[in-house]
Amino acid sequence: MRAFLPAYEMETPRDLAAALSRMASDPGAWRAFAGGTDLMVLLEAGKLPHRKFLNIWNLGELRGIAVTAEHVTLGALTTYAEVQRHEILTREFPLLCRAASETGSVATQNRGTLGGNIANASPAADSPPALIVYDAEIDIVSAGGARWVPYALFHTGYKNMNLRAGELIRAIRVARPRGVWKQYFRKVGTRRAQAISKICFAAAGSVEHGRIAEVRIALGSVAPTVLRAQRTEELLRGQRLDDAALQQVAQDALGAEIAPIDDMRSTGRYRRNVARNLLAEFLEVLAS
Amino acid sequence: MLERARKIRVSCVVNGAAMTCETYPMARLLDVLREDLKLTGTKEGCGEGECGACSIEMDGALVNSCLVPALQADGAEIRTIEGVACGQSLHAVQQAFVTHGGAQCGICTPGMILAAVNLLARYPQPDDAQIREGLSGNLCRCTGYRKIFESVVAAVRDAETRA
Repeated sequence: MRAFLPAYEMETPRDLAAALSRMASDPGAWRAFAGGTDLMVLLEAGKLPHRKFLNIWNLGELRGIAVTAEHVTLGALTTYAEVQRHEILTREFPLLCRAASETGSVATQNRGTLGGNIANASPAADSPPALIVYDAEIDIVSAGGARWVPYALFHTGYKNMNLRAGELIRAIRVARPRGVWKQYFRKVGTRRAQAISKICFAAAGSVEHGRIAEVRIALGSVAPTVLRAQRTEELLRGQRLDDAALQQVAQDALGAEIAPIDDMRSTGRYRRNVARNLLAEFLEVLAS
Repeated sequence: MLERARKIRVSCVVNGAAMTCETYPMARLLDVLREDLKLTGTKEGCGEGECGACSIEMDGALVNSCLVPALQADGAEIRTIEGVACGQSLHAVQQAFVTHGGAQCGICTPGMILAAVNLLARYPQPDDAQIREGLSGNLCRCTGYRKIFESVVAAVRDAETRA
């Protein structure tokens, strides 16, 4: 144990309103603490910058998965295990379920939450590419009110996000799909289980009369934030899948759009090559 | 470093018995179990949620006890390796580890057994892929996993024979 425990305060607010008013009383001082799968690692490493924590794990307002005809709304405390067990998510949002099943171990999936994954703001997180493909929106609350933010606009730079002091992620909402989408997810890590991604690729598309009608592509670990490959999507829209030149042109577009770096987990060159290959595999899935 | 936090009282049920101790809110449940409650069967491996050596069940869910702050264990029902056997009679998974050489140095064994027991609670008759998945969060540096996997397969088979 390398942390000096008397330096760290933790309180359990009785409900969401109490948590938000605590956060408003001293903006920036209190940090929400959910399943601890990121924060406890920092604590043990002696690298936890915050000193005051609000234990939000048991706040009912942040729990549960609600389904309407239009949307599925996931409470911020929805765990990876809960995502995988949910019947409608399994059927309609397979990318999110795949991301949940490939994040950490069973023990991590029981404690790690979607809201925590988003607020930890790692560009290597695995659920964000899926959330971006599904055009997710984030429900953010504070003592002063609530607002919705499109998830694609939430991460503004490396570890920077559109979340002010005193604000908390309450829920994540995704629109239920209409029509038939082909969906593709692939995480590449050092080992099959429980490795942090070298690269993570999530995509969905629809095909009409041999042409790509709609397409969405998002990648993790290839830029300072999770990236939606908009220029590659634009290039692909309307193209015939049997066009022999398409693969090369699309791969070049994606290669130009991403900015992977060398780090402890991989190299920029490897990531670039894998991103191109995964795009090729996705296009094969679309054509199949 | 500034001292701010006071010790809190944590009450939980561990292996069926009510326990109370006083500790700091962000003390690791792993340390509370080992040092305050003297339940040293739970091991520390990496201390960062990668290796599964400190796996326990909390309210029925498998968790890494190195990543649970003591405050969140208040009111919880906890099972550690000390609570897996029933009196003198080993759990089927423990017996299979003994019979099939599933343990070598022993550091990963308590976590490995908790992961297997938890898997069988969720899937009483897991297929090979489910067993691999259920054990994938627990690292072993001795066995190469083969004997551990075979132990769990044997535990499932033995349970089926008895049923």
